[in-house]
Parts: sequence; structure tokens; C-alpha cells
Amino acid sequence: MAQKKKTRQPSSKTLPKASTGIQGLDEITGGGLPRGRPTLVSGGAGSGKTLFGLEFLVRGATQFGEPGVFMSFEESILDLTKNVASLGFDLDRLVAEKKLFVDHVSITRSEFGETGEYDLEGLFIRIADAIQRVGARRVVLDTLEALFGELPNPGIVRSEIRRLFTWLKQKELTTVITAERDQPDKLTRHGIEEFVSDCVILLDHRIREEISTRRLRIVKYRGSTHGTNEYPFLIDDQGISVLPISSLGLNHEAPAERVSSGIARLDGMLGGKGFYRGSSILASGTAGTGKTTIAACFVDAACRRGDRSLFFAFEESPQQILRNMRSIGIDLEPWVRKGLLQFHAARPTYGGIEQVLLLTHKRITSFQPSVVVVDPVTNLLMVSTQNEVRSMLTRLVDFLKTQGITTIFTSLTAAGALEASEADVSSLMDTWLLLKNIEVGGERNRALYVLKSRGMKHSNQIREFVLTDDGLRLLDVYLGAEGVLTGSARMSQEMREKAVVTFRLQELETRRRELERKRQTFEARMVMLRAEFEAEEEIIQQTISESELLGQEVVQDRGQMVLSRQADSSSYKKEGRSKVAPVR
Amino acid sequence: MAWNLRLYVAGQTPKSIRAFANLKAMCEEHLKGRYRIELIDLRENPQLARGDQIVAVPTLVRRLPQPLRTVIGDLSNSVRLLVGLDLRKVD
Repeated sequence: MAQKKKTRQPSSKTLPKASTGIQGLDEITGGGLPRGRPTLVSGGAGSGKTLFGLEFLVRGATQFGEPGVFMSFEESILDLTKNVASLGFDLDRLVAEKKLFVDHVSITRSEFGETGEYDLEGLFIRIADAIQRVGARRVVLDTLEALFGELPNPGIVRSEIRRLFTWLKQKELTTVITAERDQPDKLTRHGIEEFVSDCVILLDHRIREEISTRRLRIVKYRGSTHGTNEYPFLIDDQGISVLPISSLGLNHEAPAERVSSGIARLDGMLGGKGFYRGSSILASGTAGTGKTTIAACFVDAACRRGDRSLFFAFEESPQQILRNMRSIGIDLEPWVRKGLLQFHAARPTYGGIEQVLLLTHKRITSFQPSVVVVDPVTNLLMVSTQNEVRSMLTRLVDFLKTQGITTIFTSLTAAGALEASEADVSSLMDTWLLLKNIEVGGERNRALYVLKSRGMKHSNQIREFVLTDDGLRLLDVYLGAEGVLTGSARMSQEMREKAVVTFRLQELETRRRELERKRQTFEARMVMLRAEFEAEEEIIQQTISESELLGQEVVQDRGQMVLSRQADSSSYKKEGRSKVAPVR
Repeated sequence: MAWNLRLYVAGQTPKSIRAFANLKAMCEEHLKGRYRIELIDLRENPQLARGDQIVAVPTLVRRLPQPLRTVIGDLSNSVRLLVGLDLRKVD
């Protein structure tokens, strides 16, 4: 028979559940509504109770093979069919296929009082007959409490409704009973919630600051854990979708794979490889710092890799973005034509923040992109409080991470409060690129740095960020006495530095030449001195040899004189010689 | 003028037996010879409940004379029954 689609195994073991097929609801309830038991769906007028019931049946019949019976106590069959046709539900077809049976219980209050005892066996028989006709496993009683208004003696109606619930439970029918809530402190007008002890869901439709939001809360769910928050939900052409994202928890994968940012130099700053796939990136900065451009570069790179990209533009129209990016040499149009890139442009003020979140969620689910851009996330603040935006972003980031989608959020910050105003959003982000304008020498220039990047080595340098006709370039900046130098100041600094270098080189050359000259002078002097010395030496040598020659001649002469005179003895000869020696 | 009355019941319960008896007595008293009672047991013909929009049983439907009038309960309050069937004016 009916096959159960269980979204979560453990809880369905303890308590059998019937999948609603309503987007997101099964996740909050841990698998669906209590199987074989009644669930009360309560809400004010126009909160979507009837639709909830119908979708529960239609999905049951079409997706889970469980036929259903819809007992309408208010709207006629024709009205119902018309109303849900706009949501894509073809009731007539389901009725013809015997997957659904719709009965309209229309009783107009009789003018008389009671004429004695009665019971609601007639209704029981009608329901039983309807169930038997299609073999229903699911029943919806749409505003059963209408009976109180139509029938006399509320005491009987009450006890009969109690009997009806017991009977439905015995038949193990998964039942949804809707009830109108007209007072905030009561769930239903006539207090029938006391008969439904298993599961109570509250729908709410409120208007705050002219923006309507629908919310769903599970008031109780006996024997099962469930999300207790108020969950925003949306009714659109595909029925109800509830946003269960905060129940997803923090158990997403953390891929080590890296994806290029589309800017080579930025990849370089991010450990040489770019962002982690599936990470969330915040590009924040003041007006006109190039946040959208950074996002467009990333999208361009993603499309080049063949990855699908989804661009949520909350400020500009797609055409405007395409044109602006073309002006700096990034042509995204081919990707749009190829179906790799989709734009979703809308002012968030159009709906509430939940609406934005839900739409984002739905678009992502249907397009299955690898890359998502939210530009800018700060526009959401216009429609909601900081707190709500933060909670919405938490849900969105968690959702994107579970899907392994790399996302760039751009964020417009007020000048002067660059880091402070982002502090609460930034904790959700893995990588934070800060873009700022640097005002130096009468001009503004863009600069970029990586404020943080979880799990990778990243550059601590500020880079100048230049938009050229053919794309985006990151340049080194100059650090001077007055801080970072960019633009013309950077160029003049570059020139100044060049001049200094040239000057130094010239000075060095001069010194070298001087040294050379000194060396030459020195060498010349040395040659001169040597020449002088040699000249002197020559003279002295000459003198010496002359003197020696002269000495010898004297001795010879004396000897000859002695010999010639023959007057002295040999000892005298010796003395005479020694007397001569000191002369030398 | 012929009266066509239809009494919907669900099985032979004390309530339905009582209702039929009360109806019969009333008719004999006020409409002798001019009435016809159709007893419908929804247990046997459940699909008939939808036609006359039956929720409570017993339910008495005055099919003729027009317009249609409906009275619920075991018809033990004869004054209310007469008011319900608009028989007071007839008398």
C-alpha cells in the first residue's frame, strides 16, 4: 500500500510519520505528521490552513501513493478547485483518478432549536463512504468547528467531535483538522485542541511595517522532537514552502578543493589557490569600491570552468550589471545565453525578509548552481532588523554550505565603520575581503586586502585595485610616511624612488672615478719617486766606487814609496795600513 | 396537498426508532391521509447523505411542499417539530 518516505530514520522508528511532501515541513517535524493520528492546524483568517490541508492530500496522493479525502465545511468544491488550480494542483484530475475525494458539507443553520437528541452519525457515514471510495489513508477536515455554528446544542457537537477523533484514530487515518484562531490566547474558537493531543501546528500571517510574513510553528508534537522556532513560509505557484534551514545544524562537508577567484593576483593572496569550494566569502566596502566587480570576476571564472552561477541582484537590474561589467572587459552575456549564469533581480522590499530567503532558497534548489552571488546583502537591512537579517543569513549560509555552493556576499558599509558594522555578519563568513577607498593627494583609489580567510595562509598586504578596460588588476601599494600610497601618489612615489636610485648610481660612479684618479696619481708619484731614488742611488754608487778606487791607489802609492825608501820595518807597514782603513 | 417527508437515520438505534415513532404520531395527528414518509437508513445507502447534506441523524427533510425544510433530532419536542415543519401556519 502506501509507502512511507522517511526523511529521518531514527525518529520514524519511534513514531511512524506520514510525509507531507510540503517543502521543508518534513524536515522540521523529523519526517512528517504523526501517522494514523489527527493533527490540528490552527491559524487566523487567510493564514493558509485550507491550502495546507489540500497540499497535504495532493502530495500524499501524487507522491506517496496515499489517497485522501477532503471534507470542506466552508468552501464549495468548485471554489476549492479554482483556488488551488493557481497553485498547480489539478483537483478534478485527482478526483477522476480516484486518488482524491472532495465533499462539501454545507449545512445552513435551521431556524429552529433542537427537537431532541441527535448525533453526527450522518457525518461519520459520509466520511466513511468517502474513505471507502478512494481507499483513503489521509483525511482533511477543513474547519470542522463550523459545525458549532450550524448545529444546535454545542454540548452534542463537542462530544461528537471527540467521538469522531477517536474513530479516525481507530481507523488509523492520518488526519489534518483545521481550526480558526480568532483570539491570540486560544488555539481554536471552541477549544477542540483538547481532543487532539498528538500534533498541533500554528500558522500565522502578520503584517509588520507594511510587509507581510507568514510563519509556521509546531506548538506540540507528542513523542517526537521537532523544531520549536517560528519558521517563515511562503505560498506561491508551487504551494507551501517552509524554510527549515536553521534546523540543518553545522555538519556540512568542508571540501579542500579550491576555486579561483577569477583574479590571479587575489588567488595569490589567498595562498596561491583561491577560495575553498563551498565557502562563504564576504566582500565588504564603502560605495564604489568594486564589490560587484569582484563578484562578477568570480562568476566569470566559474562560468569559464563550466560551473553554474546564480546572481541575486538586489540593487541593479541584470542588464545594468552586464553593461557595467562589459565596460571593464568582463562579458557575462555569453554565460547567460549558454544558461550557465542566471540572474535574479528584485528589490527585497517587495516581500519580507522571509520571502527573500525563501525565494533565494527555491531558486538555488531549482537551478543547482555551484556559485552564488548575493549583491548586496546589506539591502536586506532595509526590510528588516539587523537581528533578523543575521538569522536569515545564518540560515542561508548553512544551506549554501550543505549544498557545497561557493558564495560571495557583498556588503555595503558606511564609511568610517568598515569593520565594526560587519562584525556580526562576518563571523559567518570564511573569507572576508575588505575593499576601501584610500584618499591621498586629492584622489580616491581602491585598495583591497584579505581581512581573514579561514584555513589557509593568506597575504597580509594591502593591494591597490585597479579597474582597467580589460579587467581588474591588483598592484602593490607603496608604504610611505603618511600611510599607503595609491594612484598618482603611488606613481609619483615610484618616480621619486627611481630618481633616488639614479642619483645613487651617479654618485657611486663619481666616487669610483675619483678613486681611479687617486690611484693614477699615486702610481705616477711612485714612478717619479723611484726614478729620483734610482738617480740618487746611481750617484751614490758611483761615489762609493770612486772612493774605493782612490783608497787602493793611495796604499799602492805608499807601498811603492816604502819600497822605494826602504826605510820602515814590516810592523810599521801593518800599522800604516790600519791607519788608512778608517778613512773608508 | 401531499406532504413528502424524508427521515434519515443511521441504523436501528433507539434514537432512530424514537424519531420515527414521534414523526408518525405527529403526521397522524396533523396530516392524516396527506403524507408520505420515506425512511432512509444511511448505513445501507451512505451515498444519499451527500444529496440532502446530512450531517446529523436523525434528520427530517420536508421535501414537499416546497420550500425544503430540515429538522434534526429525535423529534421528541413536538412544538419545535411543528414550528420546524411550518405546520402551525397550516392549521
